Amino acid sequence: MESTLDIFVKAIFSENMIFAYFLGMCSYLAVSKTVKTAVGLGAAVIFVLAVTVPVNYLLENYLLKEGALEWINPEWAEIDLSFLSFIMFIAVVASIVQLVEMLVEKFAPALYGALGIFLPLIAVNCSILGGALFMQERQYSTILDATAFSIGSGIGWFIAIVAIAAIREKVRYSNVPAPLRGLGITFILTGLMGIAFMAFMGIKYGKDGSKEEDDTTKTGQIELVDKKLTAKID
Amino acid sequence: MFVTIYRLFQIIEKLRVMSEDVKKTKEPSEPLFSKKNKKLVTDPLTDNNPITIQVLGICSALAITVQVEQGVVMSAAVLFVLIFGNVIISLLRNLIPSRIRIIVQLVVVASLVIIVDQLLAAFLPDVSEKLSVFVGLIITNCIIMGRFEAFAMANKPWPSFMDALGNSFGYAWILILVSIIRELFGSGSLYGFPIFGSALPGEEWGIYTMGYMNNNMMILPPMALIIVGIIIWIQRSRNKALIEEH
Repeated sequence: MESTLDIFVKAIFSENMIFAYFLGMCSYLAVSKTVKTAVGLGAAVIFVLAVTVPVNYLLENYLLKEGALEWINPEWAEIDLSFLSFIMFIAVVASIVQLVEMLVEKFAPALYGALGIFLPLIAVNCSILGGALFMQERQYSTILDATAFSIGSGIGWFIAIVAIAAIREKVRYSNVPAPLRGLGITFILTGLMGIAFMAFMGIKYGKDGSKEEDDTTKTGQIELVDKKLTAKID
Repeated sequence: MFVTIYRLFQIIEKLRVMSEDVKKTKEPSEPLFSKKNKKLVTDPLTDNNPITIQVLGICSALAITVQVEQGVVMSAAVLFVLIFGNVIISLLRNLIPSRIRIIVQLVVVASLVIIVDQLLAAFLPDVSEKLSVFVGLIITNCIIMGRFEAFAMANKPWPSFMDALGNSFGYAWILILVSIIRELFGSGSLYGFPIFGSALPGEEWGIYTMGYMNNNMMILPPMALIIVGIIIWIQRSRNKALIEEH
């Protein structure tokens, strides 16, 4: 069983939204020309993912999933509305983005200045809907896990876009073959970054059964050595 | 209640006026396959390709190109959604208030994608399982929203249909090319048929007996990006007009 922390770390590194699933590539390629705008868009993605995925989690578990309507009426336990999930999720995402935009504009004008123009872009960012659909597919057991997943994927996306923006700022000074300039080199750079990120796939998550056994035998051996040592000293 | 009925009458009245307008303006009708309409289909195939030039719909193009079969099914799904979506949006274009147009477009796409998803789950269950969330992500595929915004909202149904046809074929050929390269060199097969022989230990045949090995790198996600990068490189060195500043 994965712990919440495992889900969080996995979502940032080994299952990174960009490098493992290519979600949100359109805005990733379009808005990564300077680090400043990349930070703005990245922060907006973290924010919107962290809000929409838990809401969609509640929707999925109390309305759409097979047997989810049982809490209203036990007779409805067989109803399966999951075919409606696409339209529900996208409606939730679009309306929350709209709502968040209005709230931020009203109560945090400084933040609105930083995120404002990016928020409407985000309604059609694949990574937001992708987060909701992955949440549905992976069947997280608690809302805490789902939230950890959403914040983790947001941070992973943030890291990816800020990194590529920083590289693109430097690439401007290098002599790239003319036909490869702009889009082409960005694709290849992202591919190379993806290869680097694959190193994180080796991280071992959670406690495996075998690993625990190893630990106990090791401690057992250490105790044995300790006893021998103390015996010698005596 | 009365307000809604009143609104309804207003809309019907608007529709009637519109249909009269259509009748009036129909006089100088152009032939169905005029040069302009043909250009709508041929342009997105090369010089205005949705993936390599407009940079739309990358997410799905890269993620599901491990096997040719997935690429073909995905292209067919996008073809269906884009054609029907473009025609529906084009028919509704004068009724959609511009403030809520994004939501209206999303609802149209989402309904079409639900149809595609249910059809795939019913008739091609194994492909549908492999595509997993990427069928749902057609909703946020930028090609579709991009064509709705840029074309269908401002044009008549027939040009919109042609535009959808061109763009989805432009999307499809890149998708299928990438998936052919990845499946051929990554798994040694095409559409599931072995091309280079079999690498199963004990019953090897074909060129595997001479020591050939599959390139496992091709199956991993980063190679998709590099292949598309190379396609862009080739395309731009053939057509210098497309080269970017930086």
